[in-house]
Amino acid sequence: MAATRAALSLWRRLAALLGSLLGGLLAIGGARAADLPEDMGEGLLHVYNGGGVTAAGPAFLVRKSVADRFSLTGSYYMDAVSNASIDVVTTASKYKETRHEFGLSGDYVYRDSQITLGGSTSHEPDYTANRLSLDISQEMFGGMTTVALGFTRGSDKVGKKDSPEFADTARHWQYRVGISQILSPRWIMSLNAEALSDDGYLGSPYRSALVFGAAVPERNPRTRSARAVVLRVNGDLGSRDAMHASYRYYTDTWEIKGHTLEVGYSRYFQEAWLADAYLRYYTQDKASFYSDNAQSETLYVSRNRQLSTFNNAAIGAKVSWLWRKDPGKYEIKVNGAYEFVHFNFKDFTDVRTGDKYAYSASILQLYVTGTF
Amino acid sequence: MRKLARSGAALLVLGATLLGGCSSFSVPTVEPWVKPYERERLADPIMRFSRSSLPEKHIEHVRDVREGSRGATGVQGGGCGCN
Repeated sequence: MAATRAALSLWRRLAALLGSLLGGLLAIGGARAADLPEDMGEGLLHVYNGGGVTAAGPAFLVRKSVADRFSLTGSYYMDAVSNASIDVVTTASKYKETRHEFGLSGDYVYRDSQITLGGSTSHEPDYTANRLSLDISQEMFGGMTTVALGFTRGSDKVGKKDSPEFADTARHWQYRVGISQILSPRWIMSLNAEALSDDGYLGSPYRSALVFGAAVPERNPRTRSARAVVLRVNGDLGSRDAMHASYRYYTDTWEIKGHTLEVGYSRYFQEAWLADAYLRYYTQDKASFYSDNAQSETLYVSRNRQLSTFNNAAIGAKVSWLWRKDPGKYEIKVNGAYEFVHFNFKDFTDVRTGDKYAYSASILQLYVTGTF
Repeated sequence: MRKLARSGAALLVLGATLLGGCSSFSVPTVEPWVKPYERERLADPIMRFSRSSLPEKHIEHVRDVREGSRGATGVQGGGCGCN
């Protein structure tokens, strides 16, 4: 009953927010106009390989304007996963499964504002996830500043293969606000913040924890609230090249604190080639209930290494080649990207060797982008 | 949980009020110190925060299911933490 009242109250607040936003947008003066995202088609082949896991598949996206102010985007994303990760090989047997995700969104521009309403649905044999999101951005001060607000609501159904008696749910809320600011003719920055909240079954029904050396099903809290802030800076270096840097701080009620730092460099070669290179470093502290091998009985316990203390370092490169171009009509680019990443776990033991666990992974992307 | 929903909604309403307020009562006149004709370099794809949505969605998913941190990257995704 209380939950229903809280949900109604939330929806009432959201309705008030939408009313306020739309009222504000309709009252906007001035002759500037935000641009609709350009019409495009994209096809991607992606591969992740590392730590005993291979996940690969195609993805497609098409966006087309249907009137001066509207455009529609449809997408499909597939992950074919072959999992023989350390969790799986030490407590279960290797498995394969496929995830399909369909997305549909619409963009509407009115003067200096853009409104995006989107939804997605993701299906795999033991997990279904649905998302609905609303984003609004507004250009201000002669286009020098763009302010964005967004909200996502997610709803998941969690199952367990060969265990029809197991069924649970998870719900997710995300509220975000961001600002991007032109600093000079060569520098631009953005600051984005997001509050995330999860409620329901937030673990894996397959994963085990260790308590006094004995395997027990993991027990996670059923709520999690998080905050994330990202600062980005892009700078034009003057010789048809540019640099970018970003930093993210993350903290949540499971006591995970994460820091992500990325720096990159981009450069054109001749007319048709654009190359990017970047370095990324990530580090985090463990969740309060994470334990490699718990030495006391606690309400919550997990040996999910995603919640442990670890860091990873990545180096990546992208190349984009302008294959065909008819100015004002269409442009087709062929792209490739590769990232090598190494994970170092500080308090997750490889039970096969007794050493701290570490692994490397490769991420490959080949994609074609056409704008028209 | 409810506290977060309340603070998130309050944040959005505050932002909406600011946006709506600025729109309704005429934006304070701030002379753009970078004129539109000076933004040629900023308009180049090399300067965009986001260039391709599908590859970014993929790498975001790869990271989201392996790292404890998430959010504030502007990329939307779904699905479980299985891969």
